[in-house]
Amino acid sequence: MIDRRLFTNFDWTLCWLVALIAVIGVFNIYSASASYKMIGTPFFIKQIYWFTSGLFLSLIVCSIDYHILEDIAYWIYGALLVLLILVLAVGKTSMGATRWLHLGFFSVQPSEPMKIVIIAVFARFFSNRSLPQGVGLRELAYPFLLLGGPVLLIMKQPDLGTAILVILIVCSMVFYVGVRWTTLVSVFLAAIPAVYLGWHNFLREYQKERILNFLNPDRDPLGSGYHIIQSKIAVGSGGIMGKGFLNGTQSHLRFLPEQHTDFAFSVFAEEWGFIGSLFVLLLYLLLILWGLNIAGRCNDRFGSLLAVGVTAMLFWHILINMGMVIGLFPVVGVPLPFFSYGGTSMITSMVGVSILLNISMRRFMF
Amino acid sequence: MKDQNYVKAEGESANRRLMGLSVAAALLLFLLVTRLWYLQIIESADLMDLSESNRLRFVPIAASRGAILDRNGKILVGNTPSFSLAVIPQDVKDKDLLIAKLSNDLSLDRQELLAKWEKGKGRAKYYPIMLAAGISRDQLEFLEENRLQLPGIDIEMKPVREYPNGPMAAHLLGHLGEISENELDRPEFKEYNPGDYTGKSGIERNWEPELHGNDGGRQIEVDARGRFLRSISETVPTVGNSLILTIDADLQRVAEESFGDKAGAAVVMDVNSGEILSFVSNPGFDPALFAGKMPPSKWNEYLEDIRHPLENKALKGQYPPGSTFKIVTALAGLEQGIIDANTTFDCKGSYVVGNSRFKCWEKKGHGTVNLKRALRESCDVYFYQVGEKLGINRIAACAREFGLGKPLGIGLENEKGGMIPTLEWKEKKYGNKWYRGDTVSASIGQGYVLATPIQLASMISSLANGGTIYRPYLVKRVMAPDGKVLKEFLPQIKKKMAFRNDNFRLVKEGLLAVVNEPHGTGGAARLYEVKVAGKTGTSQVVKIRSKRGDIPYKYRDHALFVAFAPYDRPEVAVAVVVEHGEHGGSAAAPIVGRILRQYFEGKGVIKKPVRRDYTPEEGEGNQAPATEESDKPQGVVIPDAGPRP
Repeated sequence: MIDRRLFTNFDWTLCWLVALIAVIGVFNIYSASASYKMIGTPFFIKQIYWFTSGLFLSLIVCSIDYHILEDIAYWIYGALLVLLILVLAVGKTSMGATRWLHLGFFSVQPSEPMKIVIIAVFARFFSNRSLPQGVGLRELAYPFLLLGGPVLLIMKQPDLGTAILVILIVCSMVFYVGVRWTTLVSVFLAAIPAVYLGWHNFLREYQKERILNFLNPDRDPLGSGYHIIQSKIAVGSGGIMGKGFLNGTQSHLRFLPEQHTDFAFSVFAEEWGFIGSLFVLLLYLLLILWGLNIAGRCNDRFGSLLAVGVTAMLFWHILINMGMVIGLFPVVGVPLPFFSYGGTSMITSMVGVSILLNISMRRFMF
Repeated sequence: MKDQNYVKAEGESANRRLMGLSVAAALLLFLLVTRLWYLQIIESADLMDLSESNRLRFVPIAASRGAILDRNGKILVGNTPSFSLAVIPQDVKDKDLLIAKLSNDLSLDRQELLAKWEKGKGRAKYYPIMLAAGISRDQLEFLEENRLQLPGIDIEMKPVREYPNGPMAAHLLGHLGEISENELDRPEFKEYNPGDYTGKSGIERNWEPELHGNDGGRQIEVDARGRFLRSISETVPTVGNSLILTIDADLQRVAEESFGDKAGAAVVMDVNSGEILSFVSNPGFDPALFAGKMPPSKWNEYLEDIRHPLENKALKGQYPPGSTFKIVTALAGLEQGIIDANTTFDCKGSYVVGNSRFKCWEKKGHGTVNLKRALRESCDVYFYQVGEKLGINRIAACAREFGLGKPLGIGLENEKGGMIPTLEWKEKKYGNKWYRGDTVSASIGQGYVLATPIQLASMISSLANGGTIYRPYLVKRVMAPDGKVLKEFLPQIKKKMAFRNDNFRLVKEGLLAVVNEPHGTGGAARLYEVKVAGKTGTSQVVKIRSKRGDIPYKYRDHALFVAFAPYDRPEVAVAVVVEHGEHGGSAAAPIVGRILRQYFEGKGVIKKPVRRDYTPEEGEGNQAPATEESDKPQGVVIPDAGPRP
């Protein structure tokens, strides 16, 4: 049965915040794809479908207590691990990477749900342990194994972006649990030979090539370097006030092949300028702080850790995507939550939000 | 946080760490703000400049298509640079003025320019709109001189197809055309852009992936007028791969020329490999017109020509094989033990089946004929009786053994399979019974039987080589632009026919007599230096016909001839169909003779200047009584519609 308090405690702030960002995103996709020669449903309409169905789904999910995740996290984790192995064995290769698994009537990309399941697994793992002095090396051994499997499998696809995201999310959670300084230093020292060994023994030649290009876009000026130059011009030429909705020239000239997905923010920054960018950035900051606030107000350790993990997931997506669009980071296919066009990203983000809503409205329930 | 919570229970440390996370997140996002500040406020003016006046453009560089060469390396299709006029909409100050100027000074059609502009408007404003392709040298000079007065114009150089032999082998080589919307949506064209050209027919179409190459591109900076400032980076286009065909250009030319203005098809095949040496569909067309400007008058001319120049007759023309099919009936009869070399039938000029009288082309009748004479003089009555004894399904089985009735897989689009009827087929298709008369018609290649010129060439070739069916092929090699051989195609045996050698020999002896003995119907294909064997055919287009001479062109009979040579060690097989040419012996056989002469001249077997007093048209005069035999229709079947009087 559904408790009446669930309604009174529904987190409208979070809900409206996400909706506001998504609406801005839809308008932006409309503008970004305005110059496309389109066949079929326009992108912004599809994005509306995905957002509303994601919202609907998350409201349904809200009625189920998130503590069920505590019980089933490991099972889903195991299942996804099997799917990740299957992807490498029989998955579909597109654009040089094997990420999709075709199950007859539909396709899945197991690395996406893995992001959220990893969060649940780690929330459960750390919630059972009281670590007043913070995490030491010994306590990290088991999580290291839990993390290592999926990360290696995802890197093998190869999807370095997602692998790094997963690591960053877990690091954020570990930081929240508390880490000893000595642990931090030794992990850092251990990472150096690990990276060295991995580079020379684990990666293949073309993968190294890809990573080098990834770190230094000038190696491939017509590929990713080209995007960065064009994106910087688009963002910068927006100035303080921007060129106005639908008036972005740089972005409408289709210099950016992914301008409605990963580079959506560069279109926005060109048309709405520094003021508009600042506004969206502020909305994201509010979202992050609100997520951490939910973690702080939560009554149980599992929920609190879960909230931190989900917030970290959103945060790293935002940081890496925006950093890439404005030329701070190399180009890597990380979408901007609620803003970039795409069903997969929208569903993952909305599931994250539904977990936050879920935790938020059950904060009084003990 | 007024409520009691877990963080409090854990102690202040967790709370502190949460605070730490919040601050870290805020700081990292603030890093983005500083970067935005830097780009959008400090660098803004420069970047705005870049976006407004100094534009970066991506200029595609079209790759040259691979060349198509004949077996000896002669160029059949090459490339030549062509200049075209385009405009970049965002740089045009005054559209109407520009169009007016262009139409005045370059004498281009104003309406056409406007139409092209409208069509290209939907795309990005920096994307060039092609206004006029293939502009002349004078126009080019004018544009170069007046560029400053015409802001927004852009001259593009593109390689276009060049056909050094004009319309020669046009059906085989195929033509190019602009890529269609449908094609653009297909995965195999995902690298293509609107306005690109692709092969639409023939080799060009079927070997598109090899020929196309990869377009390159240049990232350039241009000024406000669209003038090139500097190149930022460039990817060089890769030229497509070249194809070496099995075709012999000289033989192809002679074969086409020997048709004159007659319509038809010829296929010349290497008997021992299946290589196609010539592939003729006459009349041809000018493939260059399809990739450039096709004047409407020319287009109409092609459409209205009753000889259908755009039709690939060698590939898609399905003709009743007429008496050439007697090869099949004869072999079927021999294999099934219905006849042997000495079996004779009586020909009184016609043969009665049920209510119908089937005539022999020789009204007087041939008298008593054996196999050799029946082939030599193309006696219809002989084969009516053999066919009737065999029944249609046994004839059909033999025809299928020859590979007739389905496409041979030459590797061109929409290859037709011809038709080999059976009892079951007719019942299924028409719902009525197979009549004995149908069998009689089929036994001389009339009625429902159809074959393409390629199939006929393959048929005579398999007979010549003693029963091996090769997959006919057109491309010998694929070569990279640097000359490296990427793929080499070798003869492929489709099937070995399960017939006795003796039977092949008996039929071949008959065919030798057709060309070389008195009373033979194919004397016009005779060569003095090389022994030729062949079979004439005349196939009816309509059943009821009036006297010769006043028949309209489209109702006249087709003339066919299939041949191979040399008789003792066969090398080459030819099939010729002359549409509405009337008689195989007089219309098709001389063409075969000329093709074979050229083939053996090319081989050095026949010396070129040696011509004696020989002309193929009259060649049969001294030995074969041409007026009596080969000038007359063979295999004319006139089943009476009603009951016999």
